[in-house]
Amino acid sequence: MKYTIQINEGPYTHQASDSAYNFTKAALEKGYEIFRIFFYHDGVNNATRLTTPPQDDRNVITRWSELAAAHDLDLVVCVAAAQRRGIADADESARNGKDADNLAPGFRISGLGQLIEGGIIADRLVVFGD
Amino acid sequence: MLHIVNKSPFDKNSLESCLSCAQDGSAVLLYEDGVYGAIKGSAYAERLQSAMSNITVYALEPDVKARGIADKVIDGIKLVDYNGFVELTAEKEAVNSWL
Repeated sequence: MKYTIQINEGPYTHQASDSAYNFTKAALEKGYEIFRIFFYHDGVNNATRLTTPPQDDRNVITRWSELAAAHDLDLVVCVAAAQRRGIADADESARNGKDADNLAPGFRISGLGQLIEGGIIADRLVVFGD
Repeated sequence: MLHIVNKSPFDKNSLESCLSCAQDGSAVLLYEDGVYGAIKGSAYAERLQSAMSNITVYALEPDVKARGIADKVIDGIKLVDYNGFVELTAEKEAVNSWL
């Protein structure tokens, strides 16, 4: 079974990013393939490495980066949603004449086509959001 | 078809929309605040119980427990963990999120 996961909500808002993380982990533990995780709308806020939660709270961003590194996951951030919310990698930052970038490790910025492709290639598209 | 609902029926109408569209034989999974729809004796319980003659209703156990309603769940609603959630998405041909 092959999955694409879509996340439409930022971290620490309601529960979407946590639910998606727990779902993804359970699917990986069962041996299923996660083809792609697409961060859309406010979901792009899961991709900034500047997020600094209190020490006794989970770090939602680091958790995604670590899961991606452990399982070679493809974490894709929607470019248009990211630009609106100030999420950028070095290339995007330079292209838009900004003085900083903040994309967390394991994430990459790309377009909506990646979501469509994910929906076509995966057996299931599961959407988490608000 | 698996329908997944994450909003309380006392907050949003997504569960109601879902139940009015769900075909016989389909499954509904309540998770996040959607589990509030699973409470026995609530103002919404009768609506959900009548739908349960044609559809199977599940609730995500970690979210049920987090909200302290594990002993108040309507009889016939099946509790599943994240493994069960994943398995439901694999068993059914498609998944629809009622966001």
